[in-house]
Amino acid sequence: MDKILTASLEWVDTRFPLTKMWNEHLAQYYAPKNFNMWYYFGSLALVLLVLQIFTGIFLAVNYKPDATMAFASVEHIMRDIDYGWLIRYMHSTGASFFFIVIYLHMFRALLYGSYKKPRELLWIIGMFIYACLMAESFLGYLLPWGQMSFWGAQVIISLFGAIPYVGEDLAVWIRGDYVIGDATLNRFFVYHVVLVPILLLALAAVHIIALHEVGSNNPDGIEIKKNKDPKTGIPLDGIPFHPYYTVKDIVGVTVFLILFCTVIFYAPEMGGYFLEHNNFFPADPMKTPEHIEPSWYFTPFYAILRAVPDKFLGVIAMGASIVVLFFLPWLDRSPVKSIRYKGWIFKMALGLFIVSFFGLAYLGMQPSTPIKTNFAQIFTIMYFAFFLLMPWYSKIDKTKPVPERVTD
Amino acid sequence: MRRLILALILLLPTMVLAYSGIELQKANNDISDKASLQVGAKLFVNYCMGCHSAKYVRFQRIGKDLGLNDEEVQENLMFTAEKIGETMTIAMNGDDANKWFGVIPPDLSVIARARGTDWLYSYLLSFYLDPSRPMGVNNLVFKDVGMPHVLWEQQGWQKPVYETITDEDGHSHEVIKSLALVDEADQEKAEQYKKDMRHLVNFLDYIGEPAKLERHSLGWKVLLFLFIFLMFALALKKEYWRDIH
Repeated sequence: MDKILTASLEWVDTRFPLTKMWNEHLAQYYAPKNFNMWYYFGSLALVLLVLQIFTGIFLAVNYKPDATMAFASVEHIMRDIDYGWLIRYMHSTGASFFFIVIYLHMFRALLYGSYKKPRELLWIIGMFIYACLMAESFLGYLLPWGQMSFWGAQVIISLFGAIPYVGEDLAVWIRGDYVIGDATLNRFFVYHVVLVPILLLALAAVHIIALHEVGSNNPDGIEIKKNKDPKTGIPLDGIPFHPYYTVKDIVGVTVFLILFCTVIFYAPEMGGYFLEHNNFFPADPMKTPEHIEPSWYFTPFYAILRAVPDKFLGVIAMGASIVVLFFLPWLDRSPVKSIRYKGWIFKMALGLFIVSFFGLAYLGMQPSTPIKTNFAQIFTIMYFAFFLLMPWYSKIDKTKPVPERVTD
Repeated sequence: MRRLILALILLLPTMVLAYSGIELQKANNDISDKASLQVGAKLFVNYCMGCHSAKYVRFQRIGKDLGLNDEEVQENLMFTAEKIGETMTIAMNGDDANKWFGVIPPDLSVIARARGTDWLYSYLLSFYLDPSRPMGVNNLVFKDVGMPHVLWEQQGWQKPVYETITDEDGHSHEVIKSLALVDEADQEKAEQYKKDMRHLVNFLDYIGEPAKLERHSLGWKVLLFLFIFLMFALALKKEYWRDIH
């Protein structure tokens, strides 16, 4: 039996670099040995990507992208398809969890300076993944064809109308109609199940290739490749990803699944945050809901949009709040990567940034009032100040000496 | 930092204000109570289905989940539908409805998920006499509702009790403080009505998501498996990581 397997592997290896790839990406990919719990979120994001694709395929089999049938087809999945409700909740809960995981994954990069040289490109690829994820969830949110699906899309697409000269034409081009309608639903479905998933898969692969080229960062922000065993050439602080991190990530995935399943089975609506109550009213173009709010993961950016009095400038500010993240590798001019060796100024700036992000997230869910708009403006300034003042405060910040080898 | 705390304290009242308005009464329904669901189903087909459909709900599924066989469902719940596999549709034409009520009565399949059970329960209890409305009634939680108080015989009429409040500008005006029965003799009837409405809301909650019964009973098995699996995963990790450090 062993002989047959070895022979088969050899046969494949002469035709495809299977063993080579296995070694490069798993068995002989050396990751720092000091990963902490923040390092689970990369593998969890991958698990979620696969989960969304598989549950999405099952849903697409029974879903009908037709304005007269979409809402009913979702209820058909929820009631008449065996375990359709489970697949649907996995997908809807998966969307929210994807953002939770990605936000924590990005925050990890912020904590340990994982975007800094030589990982600038890795960070930028990751940002493109995040942008695709936002597009993917926005497109998918239209599909249940509820009131929030309809009016949320209406609000977001009308933002393009704020662009001078070409705006209105652009909005019509995106919708395929003068209002959100069957044409919009049909094309959003195609983008959601074909176009963006292809981009996401390709970008995720590129992200991993780039990561394995430069090597993983770690909580100390030390380049483990600087200290290699002179004989073997293996980093002294590195351990093979497989089996060490594969068995560790199984633990991470299991803990994640416990949380994930608790939501799926006991709180799939998550109090109206994961599945909004208003979205159980079928889309009605004649009835504008009193209060339109985007999904929770977009609310910080929505709050920035509303904080700016002028609509077009608001759109610019919202776009800038995402774009500024792409430039992070060049905004941070600290000589050290990890927060462990950064000074109090950076720590305080990061703390204020967290406050502004959560503040904006909260305000984005609320109907706007003058006092809330004022707060949104303060938080917006704090949000941008974190990035735009970074070249200055990260430079003057007093850092601690970084050790030669990773700690703990 | 002190400023930030101050800012958050200033923000607090706005958070509280967002939840003011009419206080809803708690439905406290239990979808695992089959007897209650059966009463609710009967109320639904007798009183609601004249105007409201539940077009995503199949009679057969109701029978299965409520512990009724096909004959029982056919006898007690199906009046116009012919086959047990049919959904709860109605004969009333949308255009006619629009003429009569000024609105097409909404489908109630997922109304409990959209409105919430407390809202539905409060709504059903909050009709009161209002001669200014075409149907002669208004509702505390759904202002100027088009629906008449179909169940008035079960509850008895209610009238508003006003109180005068003075707002910040010094203007005083009357607001509805609570509702009271027009005829005190209806007290007993009204109590029974409350119980019935709890059963009806329970049924609406159930048809909103029949899978809820299933997911609660499947959930803990899945979680139990995952906890056991976690023990093995931890042991495996520990075994492998013994040689690191």
